[in-house]
Formats: sequence, C-alpha cells, structure tokens
Amino acid sequence: MSARKNILGRLRRAPVGDPAPLPELAAWRASRPPIADAASALALFRANIEAAHAEVHDTTAQDWPALLARLAAAKGVHTLLFGPTSLHGAQLAASKPAGVQLVPYDRPVEKWRDQLFDEIDASITGAVSAIADTGSLILWPDANEPRLMSLVPAIHFVLLDAQRIHIDLHAAMSAEAWATRMPTNALVISGPSKTADIQQTLAYGAHGPRELIVLLRHANGGQP
Amino acid sequence: MEHPHGLSRIYPVKPADVYLFATCLIDQFAPEAGMDTIRLLEREGITVHFPEGQTCCGQPAYTSGYPEEARAVARLQLDLFPQPWPVVVPSGSCAAMMRHHYPKLFADDPPVLAKAEELAQRIFELTEFLVQVAGFAHPDSGEPCTVALHTSCHARREMGSHETSAALLANLEHVAVVEQARIEECCGFGGTFAIRHPDISEAIVTDKVASLKDSGTRRVVSADCGCLFNILGRAARLDEIAGSPAPTLEGEHIASFLWRRTGGAEQ
Amino acid sequence: MSQPVHFHAAADFADRSLAAVNDAGLRRNFRSAMDYLQTKRRAQFTDDGELELLRDLGQAIRRHALANLPDLLEQLEARLTANGVVVHWAETPAAANAVVLEIAARTDAKRFVKGKSMVSEEVGLNHALEAAGIEALETDMGEYIVQLAGEAPSHIIMPAIHKTRQQIGELFAARLPGVAYTENVDALISIGREVLRRKFAEADIGISGVNFAVAETGTLFLVENEGNGRMCTTVPRIHIAITGIEKVVAKLEHVAALNSLLPRSATGQAVETYQNFITGPRQADELDGPDEVHLILLDNGRSQAYADLQLRATLQCIRCGACMNHCPVYARIGGHAYGTTYPGPIGAIISPHLLGLDAAYPLVFASTLCHACVEVCPVRIPITDILIRLRNEAQARPGSADATLRGSGAGRKTLVSTIWRAWSLVYSRLRLYRLTSWFMSRGRALSPIEQGAWTRSRTPLVPAPKRLRDLIKERGK
Repeated sequence: MSARKNILGRLRRAPVGDPAPLPELAAWRASRPPIADAASALALFRANIEAAHAEVHDTTAQDWPALLARLAAAKGVHTLLFGPTSLHGAQLAASKPAGVQLVPYDRPVEKWRDQLFDEIDASITGAVSAIADTGSLILWPDANEPRLMSLVPAIHFVLLDAQRIHIDLHAAMSAEAWATRMPTNALVISGPSKTADIQQTLAYGAHGPRELIVLLRHANGGQP
Repeated sequence: MEHPHGLSRIYPVKPADVYLFATCLIDQFAPEAGMDTIRLLEREGITVHFPEGQTCCGQPAYTSGYPEEARAVARLQLDLFPQPWPVVVPSGSCAAMMRHHYPKLFADDPPVLAKAEELAQRIFELTEFLVQVAGFAHPDSGEPCTVALHTSCHARREMGSHETSAALLANLEHVAVVEQARIEECCGFGGTFAIRHPDISEAIVTDKVASLKDSGTRRVVSADCGCLFNILGRAARLDEIAGSPAPTLEGEHIASFLWRRTGGAEQ
Repeated sequence: MSQPVHFHAAADFADRSLAAVNDAGLRRNFRSAMDYLQTKRRAQFTDDGELELLRDLGQAIRRHALANLPDLLEQLEARLTANGVVVHWAETPAAANAVVLEIAARTDAKRFVKGKSMVSEEVGLNHALEAAGIEALETDMGEYIVQLAGEAPSHIIMPAIHKTRQQIGELFAARLPGVAYTENVDALISIGREVLRRKFAEADIGISGVNFAVAETGTLFLVENEGNGRMCTTVPRIHIAITGIEKVVAKLEHVAALNSLLPRSATGQAVETYQNFITGPRQADELDGPDEVHLILLDNGRSQAYADLQLRATLQCIRCGACMNHCPVYARIGGHAYGTTYPGPIGAIISPHLLGLDAAYPLVFASTLCHACVEVCPVRIPITDILIRLRNEAQARPGSADATLRGSGAGRKTLVSTIWRAWSLVYSRLRLYRLTSWFMSRGRALSPIEQGAWTRSRTPLVPAPKRLRDLIKERGK
C-alpha cells in the first residue's frame, strides 16, 4: 500500500533526535503509595464515586438480590436486564425478585435492538474491580454481560466486591495484568453519563445511564 | 523562595559591583526608573556600572520573527559585560530574553553561543536581585496607600520574579497591595502584537485596566515598562474618552515606587 | 485537494477577530467559560510537585512515542490486525474520506453516527459524506448543537462553548419538530437524548476519534462523559476510528499516566465518565459490539512537523485544550475567528503543517507570547518557541536556509522587512542609536500624536526630555 509506505518512509527519513528512553514510571508510582488499609481505600472510592453522582449501598453476598429488588421497586423499575450465564446473574434469577421482570441478555443485539433501547428500565452487571482515586468501576464486558448493558438502560446497577479496590488505574492495570490479556472491550466508568456542553452546566443522563448505583458486596457480614 | 518549575537557580553572594542593563524603553522613555534602579543598588553598597554601549536586548525583532536582525542587535550587547559581575535588568521581559533566549538565538554559532550562555548565567531581574542577592530590607517611610502589582508574563513565567516583586511590596508596612482579578493574565502588549493585532490587544488591555480599577486602587506598579506603557496609555485614553478631569489609574516602575517609599527621596 | 467546508482563509483572520472582539455576547460567553475551566483545572492540581512530576512523565511518554514513531505505528498495525481490526493509512484528508466512503459503499451504509472527533473535522468528513448522500449525525451534545446550527466547533473539547442556553433553546425550538422553547439545561439535554437515541439504534456505521492508540496491545483508547462515544463504537455494525499518526503510545500503562493529565487539564475533571478501551471487534461468542472495526491513520502534514526536531514537539499534543483555555487571545476572539479546525495556541502551531504556512501564517502572529499556554501544557510543548520559529519561517526569504516548510516566506512583506532591517541597523550601531535616541528626546515636542495602531487605543508614547544615558553622564560630572 503506497500511503503506508510513503508515510512510514517520511517518518524513517526524519532526523533522529535526542535519546528518548522508555519513560520511567517509578517516580510517579512512588508518589502514589498503596492505601494503608482496605477500609480507607473503600472510603475513598465511595466518597469519589458519590461525588460523581453515583449511589452506593452496602450489602452482602446473600442479601444483594433482595436489596436490588427493593431499590428497583423504589425507582419504579419494571424491566431489569441481566446476564443469565454469569454467576451473579444465576443467583439473581434464583432469588426470583418480586415486582420486577428479569430480562436476560441472551441473544445478539440485532435480534432485539428496539426492545433493548425502548423497553428496558435498568440493568445489573458485575464489576471486575474499582478505583479509589477517581471513584471508578472497572467492567470487562463479555459474552455473559455484553457491552451495552452498562450503556443503554437509564439505570445501571453494578455489583462490586468491596475488597477489590485499587488506588488508581495504573495499579489496577498492573495487578490485573491488563497488558497481557486485554478483552475486546474494557471500560472504566466513573459515574452516570453526563455533559456540561450547554453553558458549562452539568446535566446527567446525556446518552448513557442517568443513574449509576453501586451494590457494594462485603464479605464480612455486610458492614464496611 | 519557591520558583516555578525549571526556574530555580543558585544566587551569588552580594557583590561589590554590578552592571546595569537598563533596556531601551527605560533609556528613552522612563529614565527616572533607571536612575531609581541605580540609587536602590548603590544604597546596598554596590557600585553600578552602566556600559554606555548598550542599546536594546533585541527582543522586539526576535519575537517578531526577524532572527537575523535580532542577532545583530543582541550581538552588540554580548561584549559589554567583560567583568564577571551580575547584570541587573529592571525588566522581567528583557531579562528573560537575555537569560533564556540569547542561547537559542546563537545556537548555531558556537563561539558566540559560549559567550551568550556565560552572560545568561549572570542576568538578574531587578527585584529578583534585590531580594535574592542584595537582601533588600528598608523600612517603609511613606503615607498609607494602596497599590496593585502587575507582573509581566515573562517576569512571571520565565524569571519567576513576580514573587520577588510581590515580596518587596509585602514588606512595605504602610502599603496595602490589592489583588486584581486574573492577576496572572497578560496585559495584551506582547511587543509588536499590540501593533499587529490592535483590536485584540485593545480588548485585552481594556479588561486589564478594568480589573486593576475594580481592585479598588488607583495606582499600579510593575517591573516592566512595556506593560506599564500599555496599561497606562489605555487607561489615559479611556479617561480622555470619558472626559475624566484627573487620571483614574496612575502607575510607575517598581524601582521608583520602592525608592520613594523607603526614604530614598529625602536622602 | 479541497479544504473542509468550514475552513476560512486565515488571511481574513484580522476581520474575523475584529468582529469577535466587538461581539459583547460572545466575549461574555468565552470569558465565563474560560474562568470556569481555569478555576476547575486549578482545583485539580493543588499539589505543584505532583503536577510537575506528571508533566515530566507526560512529556517523556509522548517524546518516547515520537522518537519511535515508525516502529510503534508498525507494531500498532500488527497488533490491531492480529486483534481483527483493519488498519488504513491516509496521506491526505481526501484519502481518509475515500476510505470511509469505500466502507460505506461496500456495506451499503446510509446512516452514520459520529462521536467527537477533531480529526474527522480536520478532514471534512461530514462534507464528504453529505456529498455522497449519506447522513452523518454528530452525537456529542455540543457537536450536535453546532451541527444543528450549521456551524463548526469553537473549542476542541467544548464545541458549543460560544452559545448560551437561551440560544440553544431557540435553536432547538426552531429546528426540531414539536419542540417548544426551553432554557432549562436538563430539559434541553433530555431533548437531545431522545432525538439521538433512535439514531444510535438505527445507525449503520459509527465514527469516532482516538485519544491514544496503544502499540503494545493494539488498543484504541477513547474518553468521554456522555456515552455517545460508546454508542457510536458499540451499537452500529461497523466502527471506524480516525486519528492522526502521532496519537500512538508504546505501553498500555502510558495511557494510565497520560489520562491522569488529560481530563484534569482539559475540563478540570478528575476523570472522565467513560474510559473505553477497544481491542477488537465482536468475538464469535459475544452478543454485541461492532462486527468490523477500522482504524484510519492520517498524516495530513504531520510528517512535515515530524521531520523537524524542534517542530516535532508539536506532535506531543494530547488535545486537552488547556492552552486555549488559558490563552488571552483565544478568550477574546473565540475559536471561530481562527478559521481552522484547531484554534488557540495548539491550532496556531499545528495548522501550518496541515494547511501550509501560506494559508495559516496569520495565526502564528496571533499570540502575545505570554507563555500561559506553555505553563499549563500537560506534555510541556514549548509552544511560544515554536510560534517564534514559525514566525521566522513565515517571513523567511523564499529559498533561504530559514525557509523549510510548505508555504514558508508567504508572510514576508517588503515594507515590514525593511523596517526591521532599519531597526536592526540603528540598535546594532551605537553611534546611530545615540543619534536617533538623542533626536527623539530633544525633539519630543514633535512626537507624533498619531502613532498608528498604538494610539488607536492608547495615548501617545513620548520620549523623556533626557535619556538615561544623559542623566547618568550629568550625574557623573
């Protein structure tokens, strides 16, 4: 291909400048020590994501489906999208929550796009982990929980294990070895969809979810 | 005193002699600021040498995109300071030119570059020199007054001398320094920018005059005559337009202000 | 090669900037937006030590990427290809548009949704698509507003920064069927949401930009707050990303470092709502995501900047817009006056490579060289030094060693050059300077009251009766 050859040729013919070694991230990392304890990490995550207009609710491995059902009812959610093949999806289905219709994401989007856009009130997905520093949730959508679950419905519930908090994105990438196993799509979500494009006035629910609700699953009986 | 990133430097002990590079604007348009600079330095027990061969640092041509013309002028200044004494410049902008841009201007001419780099190490803006080298400490003997400080962009961002200017004023007991809105914003002078883009320059300086007046003072001082002429010239023209019988904003070089406030006029 | 439809000759810059400074409403909008953005950025960087450390790192990452650019581009291409992403190379805007049109023709695509992409503005993609009878809808709220108004973005991050909510309310009421006037921002955003939601569901192709492309993993990294970018890259069957060849970085972890600078510098946010890492199209077992992902790598003059070691730093840019948010000139005239896709200080230093210095040289003079841009640039681009260099180039004698760029010398004017030669003569010859300045001081009563552009806004400059050198001489007597 000639455009490729021409562009690369021009770049390769350009003079070589001062040496530019692979950047050393050590000084930056040293300035960001890991948070002393899990409770502080969690508190920081919570403060930051709440400041970004998300809700956070404490729960347990047993109780979260019931909490979800209560929150969904309170928010007037009739249809709740879930991934039936995920572990928590199966747990949710087994709990048979009252008052809300569970809709499984079990076929390619082409088969039901209009329904997804028009008839789903809310969704529930898991999070891989979270980031304290910026109050962010890490999602790796996959066949069990496809990409659009965290985008199209107006309310997005996210189930997060309370012990999976990293100080920042770099720490998450390193701990989870992202560079060696990137999924087709990885997401870092820091609050509900928003915009300040009109006169710098913040408005939520621009195109994605208007509400982001974190169900914080604690291993130790439900309290942080 | 903390310096903006990359601007920190090691200061010499107070010398017995310094050179004065007075700048073309002070030589021709504000010689009293130059005289007050000399008086301030002499009072510190320093002998001031004024090489008569000096003209201009060359910045106007340099920033206007005429490097050859700038080099010809800058080249003349390089030989004026043969002794290893500090060179004091009562302008943050001209000091920045000599300290940071001379080496760039002569980058392709190694023998001259060596000279430019050596000189650059000895260039000090006046207020920087007074605070960091001369240890200026004289009591304020003036009447209570308010004043605003305008620091030029090059003083602020290339010399870090906005802090020394501010420190000198802060030490004047009877002077209340008011802080105008957007103190860090350019006054719109920009050398030949004011001529090339008069409409934009006017818009910027009009805002600057307004924020100075809104700060509640009628007096502005600066260590840069270019900015002062721009701001005061605009303020005076606005007074003319408004039919104001007296100036609503006055100003002077910080050297003159300091000299007067610290009893210099009576000596 | 045709220019993008919204391109205005930079030669008319003076007229447009005059109109802008005289537009009180526009001045007010920009002033309040600039104050807002500056305050928010300042609040993000309260620790100078952290900021400077991060800027050093940001600069090092970008410089490393540029020093290894051809290798990294080849690595990026190899990884992306292995991941199932199709990579296209385009030397010109026309070539980039042709790639998009070919994909559209092959797949019979008629409806495009676009996420925010300044490179697509740069190549005039909407214009090219319209000419081919294809609807290309901007979906970023600001871009949508600007498109509805038939305008171009006036800021690279906040496209509709020049408009008030009242103006947007009037625009919506006038252009959208069945929509009544409102100036409530939440209501206006809801209106936009509803209109665009259908369009996402129906679109054939989604267009996006790229914030960083990671060579190591073959990942396209995109950030946004609204979710429209994710819609464009996820819902339609085909996703086409378009970006400049300089946007590559070596390592995935470099993205983490750069993105701790980008949103904080840009809008004063700690982080964007969505960081979207795209490393491939939909896999066989996945239920959504595009079947095809394409990346267009655009040169369009960037290799000219790359060929010069000083100007190469221009390509370090991560498009945060902090330089324009802090520019006293941009704050007064806004983005449209520049007439180019990229306004403000970064626009002034990149446009000469994209459009030629002959077309863009007026912009390199539209700066007071106040260094505010240099002070805030998260990757330490020496913008003012580059502006001075481009001024030299603009006025270089054609054919001389100083004329190295496309269009160098186009800004050279005989009268101005003569004035500077004369100035240089006076100030580099002491006797001549003594004589001239002596005449000026002694003849100060004759100083002109009209001093051209200076006295249009200011009282005249009058030489002192005695020069400093005279006073010193007298004192010594």
